[in-house]
Amino acid sequence: MNNLLIWPVILPLIAGLLFILVPKNIRLQRTLSVVVLAVIAGISITIMNQISTNGIQTLQLGGWQAPYGIGLVADMLSMLLVLTTSIVAFCCVIFSFRTIGKEREKYYYYPLFLFLITGVNGSFMTGDLFNLYVFFEVLLVASYALISLGGKKVQLRETMKYVIINILSSAFFLVGIAYLYSVTGTLNLAHISVRIAEAGQDGFITTVAILFLIVFGIKAGLFLFYWLPGSYSAPPAAVSALFSALLTKVGIYAIIRMFTLVFYHEPQITHLFIGILAALTMILGGIGAIAYWDINKILTYNVIIGAGFILAGIAAFTTSGALGSIYYLIHDMIIKALIFLIGGVVVYLTGTTNLKEMSGLIRNHPYLGWMFFIASLSLIGIPPLGGFLGKVFVTRGTFEAGYFWLGLIGLLTSLMILYSVMKIFMNAFWGETVLSEEEEKGTTKGVILPIALLTLLTIALGLGPEFINSYVEIAVEGLMNPQTYIDAVFAENEIP
Amino acid sequence: METIMAIVIGILFSIGTYLILSNQMLRIILGLSLISHAINLMIMVMGGLKTGGPPLLSESFQSFTDAIPQALILTAIVINFAVTAFLLVLSYRTYKKHGTDDMNQLRGNEHE
Repeated sequence: MNNLLIWPVILPLIAGLLFILVPKNIRLQRTLSVVVLAVIAGISITIMNQISTNGIQTLQLGGWQAPYGIGLVADMLSMLLVLTTSIVAFCCVIFSFRTIGKEREKYYYYPLFLFLITGVNGSFMTGDLFNLYVFFEVLLVASYALISLGGKKVQLRETMKYVIINILSSAFFLVGIAYLYSVTGTLNLAHISVRIAEAGQDGFITTVAILFLIVFGIKAGLFLFYWLPGSYSAPPAAVSALFSALLTKVGIYAIIRMFTLVFYHEPQITHLFIGILAALTMILGGIGAIAYWDINKILTYNVIIGAGFILAGIAAFTTSGALGSIYYLIHDMIIKALIFLIGGVVVYLTGTTNLKEMSGLIRNHPYLGWMFFIASLSLIGIPPLGGFLGKVFVTRGTFEAGYFWLGLIGLLTSLMILYSVMKIFMNAFWGETVLSEEEEKGTTKGVILPIALLTLLTIALGLGPEFINSYVEIAVEGLMNPQTYIDAVFAENEIP
Repeated sequence: METIMAIVIGILFSIGTYLILSNQMLRIILGLSLISHAINLMIMVMGGLKTGGPPLLSESFQSFTDAIPQALILTAIVINFAVTAFLLVLSYRTYKKHGTDDMNQLRGNEHE
């Protein structure tokens, strides 16, 4: 029992509810959102240290012991993700001070932002399958409102598609929960894992596993991603950066959790299926990233490639594959927020998303240009930067598992990413300067700080992995041995 | 009883699927609603129908009906209600802004 665990979930919720009471007081909302996100980051570091000394921390809400109560479980993977979430959200919220506009701020932008964080943190930390559904809905409802806030034509149109596809996938999620409940008679993830391990994973449970894979795959942008490029490029930069950094990652986290804790008995079926989907996702995402000349579209297709690559490591289901996946997951959250923020600034400056209509921004904005260069190198996985470790370990993991094709496709897509981001760099930043500083549609004032912070983080992740390596290794150990998770949830209680 | 419920759920699912595949926004929303209701029924059937008395502590019943599916359905209905309300408002705004409720005409184009 550790009461600290409730704070990452409940703190943004309380703050968001408070903001609704004072919609006019923008300054208070700005300050408090920053403070709340910083406090969550601090709390998650504290919990991480507790986990590394005392093992996985749990909180059984209301004192009802597992499996009867609904509990929060903080293992190293979820806390690493909560920490990254709060850092990324911190940068996005600072970025939105300057760029989001008074209108959106007046119409509950900050409360929605914090509700989204509530849902994301809750999904990372819950130990109950139905609660996972509820937290998914919390973050989805917040995201529906955030994506349509502003009511522009393109936003409304894309929100329609986004909402419809997500309602449908949530419906399938409930179908999966119903089937799993009828087979195992429980909703506690650890308890489901125990029951399935006792009874054996037969064909029916494997089918349910595939159903869950489809549900989370839709949310993660895995293979069934046709809704993603449109809806992620519709909202303003701060929102789309937040979405691409967090929302797809929640789906990926759910896949990792379900397929290492619950459905790990038939890897030659389920994990091979994940591998095939990951490969197709990487190929199709790569083709999309190459094909477009619209900066937002190129970046959203890069989100899809990232999702495929992270799951390639999980498909391998080896220690180095899982290690690489976690490294790459953390890296991907940071780097996707970073490139979306920079892309947003580029669009603000030039007033267009078409790469053919922009040129030579680096003369007036050298910092922005070079930070984009660093970000793109890190995205591809050039050695001293953040993406390198993840790429190496995921590739090694796939080779160890015998999935050579998967590793090769992963490496080939790196080339496609290289081409797509270099296309942005050469067209937007190099070349003749066509816009003088007076002609620009926006300024970079006040937005460089969050971008610089994220750039520093991605460099630090590459240069000093030993700071987080011990944590990541604990997380991998937890993933490969589901028994530690189960023991932590049930503590000394008898498992019924 | 379970068989009849399974057939009812199947019918609801197929009508919902048919409605989702149409072009009109309102039909799609109705289809999604029907599917959600089908799933609520499904969760209830999964918990077993009428396997005992009401889940209240008393001495007159030996076995109790599982109350968890009903709690799940209650949560699912509330969430579904909110999301459907949002979707209806959104579709109205989209119709006002675009002047059409035909999903085929909401594909978007290059110049906007």
